[in-house]
Amino acid sequence: MPEVRTADKLNKKYLREEMWPTIFCNGCGNGVVLDYAFWAIEELDLDMDKTVFVSGIGCSSRLPGYINADGLHTTHGRSIAFATGIKAANPDLNIIIFTGDGDCAGIGGNHLIHAARRNIDVTVIMINNFTYGMTGGQLAPTAPLGSIATTAPYGNIEHPFDICELVKALGANYVARWSVTHPYQPIKSVKEAIQKRGFSMIEFLSPCPTAYGRRNKLGDIKKHWKWYDDNTILIEDYNKIMKYGTDEEKEKTKNKMQCGVFQDIEKPGFFEQYEKLVERLQEKQVKGGKK
Amino acid sequence: MKYKRDPELIRNVLGKKIQFILGDIAIVYGGLLAGCSFFGGYPITPASEVTEGMARMLPRVKGTYMQMEDEIGSIASVIGASWGGAKAMTATSGPGFSLMMENYGFAAMTETPCVIVNVQRTGPSTGQPTLGAQGDMMQAKWGTHGDFEAIALAPSNVQECMDFTVEAFNLAEKYRNPVCVMADGEIGHLRERVVIPDEKDLKIINRVPATIDKKKFIPFTSSQTRNSKVPDFPTFGTGYHTYVTGLTHNEKGFPATDKQPDHEKLVKRITTKITDDLDKLTNVEKLYLDDAKTVFVTYGATARPAESAMEMARAKGKKIGMLRLKLIWPFPYKEIQKLASKVDEIIVPEMNLGQIVHPVREYAEGQCKIVSAPKIGGEMHLPHELYKYLEGK
Repeated sequence: MPEVRTADKLNKKYLREEMWPTIFCNGCGNGVVLDYAFWAIEELDLDMDKTVFVSGIGCSSRLPGYINADGLHTTHGRSIAFATGIKAANPDLNIIIFTGDGDCAGIGGNHLIHAARRNIDVTVIMINNFTYGMTGGQLAPTAPLGSIATTAPYGNIEHPFDICELVKALGANYVARWSVTHPYQPIKSVKEAIQKRGFSMIEFLSPCPTAYGRRNKLGDIKKHWKWYDDNTILIEDYNKIMKYGTDEEKEKTKNKMQCGVFQDIEKPGFFEQYEKLVERLQEKQVKGGKK
Repeated sequence: MKYKRDPELIRNVLGKKIQFILGDIAIVYGGLLAGCSFFGGYPITPASEVTEGMARMLPRVKGTYMQMEDEIGSIASVIGASWGGAKAMTATSGPGFSLMMENYGFAAMTETPCVIVNVQRTGPSTGQPTLGAQGDMMQAKWGTHGDFEAIALAPSNVQECMDFTVEAFNLAEKYRNPVCVMADGEIGHLRERVVIPDEKDLKIINRVPATIDKKKFIPFTSSQTRNSKVPDFPTFGTGYHTYVTGLTHNEKGFPATDKQPDHEKLVKRITTKITDDLDKLTNVEKLYLDDAKTVFVTYGATARPAESAMEMARAKGKKIGMLRLKLIWPFPYKEIQKLASKVDEIIVPEMNLGQIVHPVREYAEGQCKIVSAPKIGGEMHLPHELYKYLEGK
């Protein structure tokens, strides 16, 4: 009989226990996402000596610290640019980036769009909790209209950022969104993202009861999870309703956040292309070679 | 791509031993000679030629050139590449240097070897993009927040653009610190003769990789294998499972952000690892200091008109000398103290409103007269303008 894998066994294998306890609050979704990653890593049998976890600043960016592997905890918003350099120096490494919505979609937006455009061979796991949790609940660029934040005390009037749509439009090889209320699909999705050459990104909708929930009548974690159930929909279901549903059903569905795999394509990654360029130059190595 | 320095390939790409080239291109040559295998850059006048040169040459020596989305991304990719095992550099000018400041501090805090070239132009803000200046000298030292120790070199000619870039890599690798090459638009856009050193004459220092047992290795403490405050380098992917953070961290690299002694211990080690070696680092050129009574203290492009003014004065029998600082940071204060004790006057010509004159004053005040000789606006001092400071001597 094969060995039974349990979350406990995975934790023992992959966690850097010296760093415990974590900084996360009760009800935080970061642990759930980390768990998905561990399951995916286990199923892929990824070599942890050849895997680097990179992050920026924020609660989710603390995750690499809890993983027993190389980790680079960088400056706010810049994790993808740092990761680009690591991958350039050693393309044999698997690079997994943990980032938050403020880190990735706010301050780090420019690095995100260009890494996606270049199809840099890294996996971005963006944990979207609609808020700047670590600094106490300021308005994030992903926060739904009307959200209350310490810096939007009268309700958010800005349109939220749909990061998956953006990254998809940039031609990234793999784009998906899930919520922490999805039990199994995310594990498969993280596996697909890690295996994918070129740029891959998964957005996780994840609760922050402390900084976001309390201010938005979702402080109770059960309510928070129910909010995700009520406000997300699988892409296939969304498409069906939009095609065949009644007007009432369409009206109810149109503003829900779609979950699933938005894009799964095969374009050569940046470093694959770069290697070809270097080979081409070696073949016709110009003599003398000044300028 | 995984890189192995190939001297024959590098020399094939660089070409003839003696060339007449731009300062910016000499910086590229220096990088290639040093074994730079990653360059992340962004176009900016007057440093674009460095980026362009790297785009042409680095792929040909099997290194990786990347044009990043901005200067923040450039320095970030450089630091990442360094942890991936590359010798990495970027090049920029004032506005880009300002954008890099946060990650400059990150490199210092995480003890990441890397080289930042700043081909300075006038500021503040966009200033005069095509014209040279020396307005960022203090920024190299104080531009990022918090306490750290800067290492910065200032080339005065095109040959030094190449030599100092090699030296910058050596110092970065030796001390595990970011190192700045503080060139300026005048030198960066100057064409001069350079001689490419033969392989046997080239001194190349590489970081000391972590080799000891993985369970015993401590990543952020004095070296466990040598008598040095600089720890051995656990390159990502070599199985050391190192956590690297810009947060104040303990010896294991784990965040330790709420206790005063942890911070003091870390920051004192990463600063004194450099200042302890001040005598070894100090790199100055001395001209006529045996008899001089009035002395120019100079660096970078400004050393050139100062030297001419000095020669004009000496032709008339005046006792003028010059101390040229090749390494600006850490500041060679002992040389200044020694000088101040034997001369009447120190004149500090700079293409800014007076920056390096401040540390000169700090160490020479009370011992001799100190005169700032500023000129701004993107024009170098003319020799006769500096000669005026010598009249009546």
